[in-house]
Amino acid sequence: MLKAEIFVYLKKSISDPPGIAVLNSLKSLGFDNVEKVRMGKYIVVYLNENDIEKAKELVKLMCEKLLCNPVMEEYKFNILEE
Amino acid sequence: MKFGVVVFPGSNCDSDCFHVIKDVINEDVEYIWHDSDEKLTGFDCIILPGGFSYGDYLRAGAIARFSKIMPRIEEFAQNGGLVIGICNGFQILTESHLLPGALIRNKNLKFICSDQYVKVVNTNTPFTNLYKEGEVINLPIAHGEGNYVVDEETLKQIIQNQQIVLQYCDKYGNVNDETNPNGSILNIAGICNKEKNVFGLMPHPERSSEKILGCEDGKRVFLSIVNYLKSR
Repeated sequence: MLKAEIFVYLKKSISDPPGIAVLNSLKSLGFDNVEKVRMGKYIVVYLNENDIEKAKELVKLMCEKLLCNPVMEEYKFNILEE
Repeated sequence: MKFGVVVFPGSNCDSDCFHVIKDVINEDVEYIWHDSDEKLTGFDCIILPGGFSYGDYLRAGAIARFSKIMPRIEEFAQNGGLVIGICNGFQILTESHLLPGALIRNKNLKFICSDQYVKVVNTNTPFTNLYKEGEVINLPIAHGEGNYVVDEETLKQIIQNQQIVLQYCDKYGNVNDETNPNGSILNIAGICNKEKNVFGLMPHPERSSEKILGCEDGKRVFLSIVNYLKSR
């Protein structure tokens, strides 16, 4: 079995209201060195598949079809042995 | 003339839309279950109502967009049928690429539920032909993810094609950052597709279609549809 760790995050050009709220909160806690915060989603998909290349292809399809909205989001992923 | 109201698990404005069509403007209307893949024959206008659809935890409308009814709606729209998506319905229309752009969390992160002044900037659509150009109307908004975003190139195109239909404003019609409740680019509250037969908006016209609810500014959205269909 393979495990895909998928990260979906807003494109740089899209404003990120939750990220700004967390940034302000971190600053109010005294973390003055924080420049910017971006929030995203972390999705784990377990695959009944042992071929890493096949898994990569499948996960790419999943991201492009459903997990990521290419109008506003980007994604990256890692395939790991479970 | 026949309207169809799509019901998703989680929809809660479906009954409001049904009521407005049946009892307020007295037209024929039928519910359509989201899991139906029957061809949409005999319908003139399909309403995607507001009030959440299942799977909004991924992105609003992202999973609903793959309901069995959606390819039928795409087909219906491609053949010139009228489709209106209200609030969550608007989100589903952007997710299914029937409308450009996307909707993200409100700028202030709050779920907003209030009356909102909206300017009708394009009356040359099947959904707004009974308004005056530049008219300021009052429609309720109730959303957490109504912040409309679009890339620069697409924005240029939607301006050029006059696809911006409604903009948030104040009672005098001023459109600026102070009169923008959710952070939408250019205060966009509603847009249509290039062909003008698909319309999405975050405000709820069905909730302001009767005097008993305090305002009937939204009623003309539905009457405009009837007017368009009759004059076609």
